[in-house]
Amino acid sequence: MSEHASHLHGAPFLKDENRGLYEPSPQFKNLNKVCEYSSKSNTAVAAAIPYFQDWREAAHQIKKYSIANLDKLLVQFECAMKARGVEVLFAQDAAEANRLVLEIAREHDVKSVVKSKSMVTEEMELNQVLEEAGIRPVETDLGEYIVQLARQRPIHIVTPAMHFSAGEVGQLFHDKLGEPYSAEHAALTAIARKHLRAGYLAAGMGISGCNFAVADSGTLVIVENEGNAGLSTATPPVHVALVGIEKVIPKLDHLPLFLNLLGRSGTGQKLTTYTHLIHGPVPGRKLYVIFLDNGRTKVLQDPHAWQSLFCIRCGACLNACPVYRRVGGWSYGWVYPGPIGAVLTPHLVGMDKAGKLPFASSLCGACGEVCPVKIDIPHQLVHLRHRAVNEPSPMNSVYERLTWRLFAWAMGGPRRYGLAMWAVRLGVRMAKYLPWHPDKLGAWTRGRELPKVPSHSFRSWWQQRSSGPQK
Amino acid sequence: MALPATQAVHVITTSHYKPAPRQDDPPYRQGEPVAMFIPCYIDQFYPGIGEAMVRILERLGVPVVFPAEQTCCGQPAFNSGYWEESRPVIRQFCKVFAPYRWIISPSGSCTAMCRVFFPHVDSSEEVIAVSRRVFEFSEFLVDMLGVTDTGASFPHKVTMHIGCHGRRELGVFDHPLKLLQSVRGLTYCELPNIEECCGFGGTFSVKMPGTSLAMGQSKKENIVRSGADVVVSGDISCLMHIGGMLQRDPETRHIRIMHLAEILDSGITA
Repeated sequence: MSEHASHLHGAPFLKDENRGLYEPSPQFKNLNKVCEYSSKSNTAVAAAIPYFQDWREAAHQIKKYSIANLDKLLVQFECAMKARGVEVLFAQDAAEANRLVLEIAREHDVKSVVKSKSMVTEEMELNQVLEEAGIRPVETDLGEYIVQLARQRPIHIVTPAMHFSAGEVGQLFHDKLGEPYSAEHAALTAIARKHLRAGYLAAGMGISGCNFAVADSGTLVIVENEGNAGLSTATPPVHVALVGIEKVIPKLDHLPLFLNLLGRSGTGQKLTTYTHLIHGPVPGRKLYVIFLDNGRTKVLQDPHAWQSLFCIRCGACLNACPVYRRVGGWSYGWVYPGPIGAVLTPHLVGMDKAGKLPFASSLCGACGEVCPVKIDIPHQLVHLRHRAVNEPSPMNSVYERLTWRLFAWAMGGPRRYGLAMWAVRLGVRMAKYLPWHPDKLGAWTRGRELPKVPSHSFRSWWQQRSSGPQK
Repeated sequence: MALPATQAVHVITTSHYKPAPRQDDPPYRQGEPVAMFIPCYIDQFYPGIGEAMVRILERLGVPVVFPAEQTCCGQPAFNSGYWEESRPVIRQFCKVFAPYRWIISPSGSCTAMCRVFFPHVDSSEEVIAVSRRVFEFSEFLVDMLGVTDTGASFPHKVTMHIGCHGRRELGVFDHPLKLLQSVRGLTYCELPNIEECCGFGGTFSVKMPGTSLAMGQSKKENIVRSGADVVVSGDISCLMHIGGMLQRDPETRHIRIMHLAEILDSGITA
């Protein structure tokens, strides 16, 4: 992890900071409202489509096919692209991808870079790597631009600066750019536009992500709302697209379905404002596509988990998740927050670092209900919990194992059950006399009363009833 | 009584393990005995729910048995990741309930554990056969007995909380509403954001208490906004958490929690 990264807010991940996982932060008090609003608008837009559920199922099946045939589809994409003069490269991990980007930058003598939104480059911590190499990266997505100025990490995969109010953005622009303070949306956008324009013209290279890589036609598909991705990819002489290997879809014919789902599930739009289909470089310019694995093939090996590679990064599960809404994106400790982060991260960075994440859920299933490609996130969470307690991870605890052994023993028969329940009743009755409540009991009584213990149990009632005279 | 329009409920069906659907065939024939599974927290803290369930079923002419060997469905260990520890508990459950065609539980969460999650831990035929025969109480009344009126009267302002497991894993959403609809004198108060989790989540409530309480706080505010005096649910475990929070706050102490079965058994004079 680079030195710069450790100065970023909400980072570096997977260290002590993810203690935040346990408590909602007052910093994100408006997050719940914003997410609730987006979630409701997503649902409303989806509900307007009578066959929305069929779309989801179709998308699920197409993704299933794509991931199962990744080896063939990637080669097909590569061949189609190469035929048009595109360089297609493959990187096993973040370090290799960073090295490739730097090599390309050196080759073209790049001093500054414009970037359109890309979560894959967050995985690579590309901005820090570029800065260290003396290349200035400029994020051009407004939200990303804001968090970059504030030296923070994105809090959400689609709306990275959703925790900022307009006033806070105005203050930030005032402090960092020396602009007069304003909380007017139009004024703030104009400020960002002015500063970004200069960035586009100066940049020697544009870096983008990719929403879909279409195999049969060899097409990079990038969707956006601000026009910044168009400028970032078309203005500089070199365009480098960083693509997670799971982004491949088989045919151009499949694209409309995914565009329909992505806009609706991501931002409640029927279609994003811009959809770029890039087939090759403009004559005289260069286009590089770098495919990144970075742990994705490890996910493929887990028969329960490979579905999480279907993800199209729409962020619907984040908006729907009651836990995400309260703890915010940084609490999850890595690039991908929310329910999808809780299932992806343990695979991508290892259970030893991210084993806590699958437990950051009440298992309410809201994520599974909204996922446009029907990833079974809720059930994956319980599977990962099972793995987390059996593999080296922060959740693997001898103490807890013993507790559940005791539970299993106590539930082994009615006598033992009776004994255990006697102890529970006694404990709950006595709790109010205790000067302090330890551990889990304290966690319960922190904000809730314990239930009142009735004079009899259901069992004793039933026994009396069946032994006594029948009514 | 104004009831919200039936919301489209999408049951999660894309699990890697295709959970066996519940066994509806052969349908319930009058006189067949029904075995009750009473979860531990109902047995110990809310025995009235089980008692109400017995009375309701018997009034409908359904013979009820309570297999005394039963203990737990193993959900707490399962949800915590300790599947090895939950396995003997699941086997114990299946052994005890194997002789019964109809197994009914007054809890959406425990029923979901049995029907949806048992096969994840143990996909043997014996376990799956039993797991498919477990029904949630309101689901059994409406779908199997065809009953939506239990003759109850309950002249109070009532709002309803739906447990997430019951709703999303089992698709039990309409059933409690249909049953409440026929209760005499009951004023139904719509709960804003009814689809949102209350924050209980079993061990989640003590593993991430801050988040759990923050979620519970939103639920509490919505309950107050609904104007109801009583919160009803098919899942008393959620209500143990919600009720505990309502009790803690002097402003909301007057709001009672009740299980659906208790309301369906209210005010019957016959």
